[in-house]
Amino acid sequence: MQPAIDNTLDIQQIRQDFPILNQQVNGRPLVYFDNAATNQKPLPVINALTRYYEGYNANIHRGIHHLAEQATAAFEASRRAVQEFLNAKHWQEIIFTYGTTDGINLVAQSYGRRFLTEGDEIIISTMEHHSNIVPWQMLCEERGCVLRIIPVDDNGELILEEYEKLLSEKTKLVSVVHVSNSLGTINPVKTIIDKAHEVGAVVLIDGAQASSHIDLDVQALDADFYVFSAHKLYGPTGMGVLYGKKEILDAMPPYRGGGEMIKEVTFEKTTYNDLPYKFEAGTPNIADVVAVKTALDYMANLGKENIAAHENDLLQYATEQLNELDGLRIIGQAKHKIGVISFVMDGIHHQDTGVILDQQGIAVRTGHHCCQPLMHRFGIAGTTRASFAVYNTRDEVDRFVTGLRRVQKMML
Amino acid sequence: MTINEKQEEIIEEFDLFDDQLDKTQYIIDLGKKLPPMPESTKTDENRIMGCQSKVWVDAELKGDGLYFYGDSEPTAQISKGLISLLIRVLSGEKPEDIANADLYFIPRVGMGNLITSLRAGGLASMIDRMKAFGRAYSTVRQ
Repeated sequence: MQPAIDNTLDIQQIRQDFPILNQQVNGRPLVYFDNAATNQKPLPVINALTRYYEGYNANIHRGIHHLAEQATAAFEASRRAVQEFLNAKHWQEIIFTYGTTDGINLVAQSYGRRFLTEGDEIIISTMEHHSNIVPWQMLCEERGCVLRIIPVDDNGELILEEYEKLLSEKTKLVSVVHVSNSLGTINPVKTIIDKAHEVGAVVLIDGAQASSHIDLDVQALDADFYVFSAHKLYGPTGMGVLYGKKEILDAMPPYRGGGEMIKEVTFEKTTYNDLPYKFEAGTPNIADVVAVKTALDYMANLGKENIAAHENDLLQYATEQLNELDGLRIIGQAKHKIGVISFVMDGIHHQDTGVILDQQGIAVRTGHHCCQPLMHRFGIAGTTRASFAVYNTRDEVDRFVTGLRRVQKMML
Repeated sequence: MTINEKQEEIIEEFDLFDDQLDKTQYIIDLGKKLPPMPESTKTDENRIMGCQSKVWVDAELKGDGLYFYGDSEPTAQISKGLISLLIRVLSGEKPEDIANADLYFIPRVGMGNLITSLRAGGLASMIDRMKAFGRAYSTVRQ
């Protein structure tokens, strides 16, 4: 059960859960505003990893001993937790991967190679991360498919009229990002999915940035595939999820061969395991999968709505403050955004901004954010990006703004 | 002055600053004083790849000495300052001395954070290129 929105999260108390925040960087207390790259891990998650290795590390599924049973139970409990997190209909629809990129590649290589042929069209958007561009380009090259791109307007929103024009009976797959990593734009994915379904295309939603900020319901969205990474939702690195509708996953061939994904192997013929194991060849990332349940529980205890409300407060506050700075231009002014602010400053290279902020103990990301086509769209080489998580505070925003004033003073 | 004497001089200059930000300010100011590089030499060939900002380095042999020219795109002022420091240490020296130079001043001036931040290839690639020029011209002279 989700707690009601109370907007009374005790942020100072929450910060105690994140030991990494309590440190000095370059002689100043750390301000961590690089959460869109990866957010920090609370003690319960760190402890879950330690408990696993100290208490019940074993290879899962086929072991008959006590530790293997314990590890298997914890691993499968995580699958059920993810099922609940996404409101997936079946637990078999949850495939563990190594991250968002891995999930997209799985779909491109398995679904794409099986079901897409020459002349078929794949639609993505201008604001995609390279991870949601390159796997489709590779597929297009191999299968002779054509990539179509939904354009973005000056505010950083997808132009849906143009999307509708791109859709046709040739469209076989649509793959768009739920929330832009570089602009913070929340895309109307339900509309995008419905329109794609009208022409019979399947839809993959890249939820890397959305998963820790937005309530997810893959059934309500009617998404065919939904992918995300654990490390962006307070969980461990190197672990991700591919959700796929059961009937679609069933029709897809395995992507990698090896242990776990088989029923029986002979040199004449191998029969494949059922879902979800068909797609989980080899010993999986057991410890990190186990710990992701703890991360999901942690977020649920705080209340995702409360987290979103707090981050939105920081976004509004930071936007107001940044608008006060001369020569600063925010890139991405969509109506619906998560706590991500990308900006450029007149006469100052984003790399220099990043270096001088770091010297003041403030961690941000600079560059193209793996979205070079989007940067080209805005006619820039890159931005400075600040992104917020539940443990950030208005005081930190103040320090960030002061830090930027210092950058301007040094440079101009 | 030899390469090492110049390095010692720079280390002394940076010792005057306690704060990293003051050191960075000093680097920015050095960059502002860097003589401009002829536009015609800002070619793709002279561009150092792997930096977040655009950076160019060129070299010219005059007598025994190898002279460097460098620049960055105008907004990348820290890069420009770092180029200026490297040029100060290496420019005019014999190609073989440049090729074999141990640039110990970089960790010693306490710019560690700066360099880590610029690990996007910047400084290391710049040094590699200058040393490559040194090696190439040593061969030419032999």
